[in-house]
Amino acid sequence: MSNLDTLTQKIREKAKSLLEGGQADVVIGYRTGTVPLMAAPFFARTPQDCDQLVWSSFARLNLANYLPGRTEKVALVAKGCDARNAVGQVAENQYPKDKLFILGVPCSGQVDAAKVAAKEPRPIQTSEETDDSIKLTGPGYSTDLKKEDVLRRNCLTCAHRTPTLANELVGPEVPSLPTDDFSDLTALLAKSSEERLTYFKDLIKDCLRCYACRNACPLCYCPVCFVDETRPQWLGKSTDPMDTMTFHLLRGLHCAGRCTACGACETACPVNIKVREFNRVLDKTVKENWSYEPGLAWDQKPPLTVYQPNDPADFIK
Amino acid sequence: MSEFEPKVVAFFCNWCTYGAADLAGVSRLDYPPNFRVVRLPCTGRLNPKFIMEAFKRGADGVWVSGCHPGDCHYIAGNYYARRKFILLHTLLESIGVDPNRLRFSWISSAEANKFQAMARDVIEHVKACGPNLTFRKAELQLDLPEVA
Repeated sequence: MSNLDTLTQKIREKAKSLLEGGQADVVIGYRTGTVPLMAAPFFARTPQDCDQLVWSSFARLNLANYLPGRTEKVALVAKGCDARNAVGQVAENQYPKDKLFILGVPCSGQVDAAKVAAKEPRPIQTSEETDDSIKLTGPGYSTDLKKEDVLRRNCLTCAHRTPTLANELVGPEVPSLPTDDFSDLTALLAKSSEERLTYFKDLIKDCLRCYACRNACPLCYCPVCFVDETRPQWLGKSTDPMDTMTFHLLRGLHCAGRCTACGACETACPVNIKVREFNRVLDKTVKENWSYEPGLAWDQKPPLTVYQPNDPADFIK
Repeated sequence: MSEFEPKVVAFFCNWCTYGAADLAGVSRLDYPPNFRVVRLPCTGRLNPKFIMEAFKRGADGVWVSGCHPGDCHYIAGNYYARRKFILLHTLLESIGVDPNRLRFSWISSAEANKFQAMARDVIEHVKACGPNLTFRKAELQLDLPEVA
């Protein structure tokens, strides 16, 4: 039995016992998606439902997104990043800790559909995976891809692959990877300001402003998002690139110090924009200035809600 | 052809820099008239939206000024603001906005001379950057009034 099947079995068993024992009203997990290379979010409310739960390398969406405002007791099937977001939501008073059960899944990385499409441009009808490869089939062909070649970029620098604060882990811990050292960003920041502006403008030139990145993000739970505000209307509704830029900058700032690099935004993006690039600039700053990483403790205060009297800010004259 | 006169949007805290501007005025201190002041109750009120709005509508520069750390009228507003400024400053500089277009300063209501010097310095730096053509809306005349 492959490692993935073992995890699936364990998730189902545990989900059943949580629902039967009344510790959870709903188990939020994944089931096999209706399209290849995608696992769909699934709410299991009865023990029978639990047989649909699966674990795969296509579980790219962040299920912590479903927590804010929910009144039932939730058991959350969570990767390392999702678990950190759930902890963050508890810290931000969006969901009570005593109602939450984090069913942690040690994660060895999720597959990037865009990378797969780059390697296999033909239409894909089915995808099956083993522990280290993915078998794709389409009209008149079948091919194998090595999983490590098509992992998402945030998964390649993940320091918390095993959930840090899970109530229970369904599998053995996976070794951590070296953290994101922002080396590509450092190279970018060494360029001239004109080049950087061009880079960031080009990055978002395809943006449709569908706000899928916002909807997929577990940090975005405001009742009224700034993009929907109308009086005053801070974000213009035009297709002007500056409006798009404003959206990405403000979105980045709202997530600053709270982003766990789960990559749900990039997964949700229909035009494959690396939207996390803005967040990474800020993550780097947050880390350098306040050595803060989100979601590692229940009572952690987000960095913008606290201050130090001697916060260094030499640029303020 | 006359020299380029920049338009700078200034966000001043009511309790310090705004007072300093007033003091500079009654003291007959001469400073450039290129900035338009928005009075805030505290720099903690400054939302990054405001800065983006100014640039979007064609401002050539933005100047934010508040009370020295420790002097906040509301005890700690400028400490929180400072953390926001750190992120905002880094983000805008990183994506390629000329750092000379964005200025943060601490000026108390007694520092009329510092205000005068800073005002001259801000306008000088923004002048050196030239008109803001890259970090604003392409069409300013939509239905939004240009920053007057």
